[in-house]
Amino acid sequence: MTDQVHSEDKGFKRELLAALPNLRAFAISLSGQRDRADDLVQEAILKAWSKQQSYTPGTNMKAWLVTILRNEFYSQLRKRGREVQDTDGVHTARMTSQPAQQGVMDLADLQAALDQLPADQREAILLVGASGFSYEEAAEVCGCAVGTIKSRVSRARSTLQDILGVDGASDYGPDAEIASATSRALSG
Amino acid sequence: MAEKKTDNAERGKGGRDGAAADVASDRIGQKLRAYYDSIRDEEIPERFLDLLERLDEAEKATKGGSKQ
Repeated sequence: MTDQVHSEDKGFKRELLAALPNLRAFAISLSGQRDRADDLVQEAILKAWSKQQSYTPGTNMKAWLVTILRNEFYSQLRKRGREVQDTDGVHTARMTSQPAQQGVMDLADLQAALDQLPADQREAILLVGASGFSYEEAAEVCGCAVGTIKSRVSRARSTLQDILGVDGASDYGPDAEIASATSRALSG
Repeated sequence: MAEKKTDNAERGKGGRDGAAADVASDRIGQKLRAYYDSIRDEEIPERFLDLLERLDEAEKATKGGSKQ
């Protein structure tokens, strides 16, 4: 009896582990702060673990975890209130003090631009534009209508375009270069 | 809106509303995905692996303690 329980638990743990990189990416880009993001991830892991009975193995672990982390993010945001703006400034300073490589500056700009979006638009564009969720999945994660997600994504896109000055004829470097430069710089 | 539509038609985008905006959006999307990928490619921090390990062990200990 315990054997079976254990093997199910291992399945849960394995699924959770597999979804962690995506969860971290969501947490970091949503909160804009790596320290805080990792605290959110830790909370999400603890919550997920304690309510693992409510998860059906083999279903959408990625969305399930993101939903938990998102709820945690908003509950902390409510608790912190004004504090948040203060720490945002610290974060921006830290991001821009990274080595001045082209790709890194690009991504620091991107995070700074994301930080300027209202949270509901930020999460929408992250879920749909970066996490690869469908509008329907994103709506479920956020507990709102599909049309609401669509309009948030569209507003977020146009705001990001304005902030970053992206217009069809862009002069941005190849994404591979951006990605590798950042992963080197940010992992330090 | 109207002038964008014309642009799109000229570029053979089928005159889809906002297709020009989509080009820029794709840039946004590309940047977002590059950013995400750069984080996803990082190793999972040790603290999370440890945490999962401890949760797993604690649970095994509670559930009958068959594994000693």
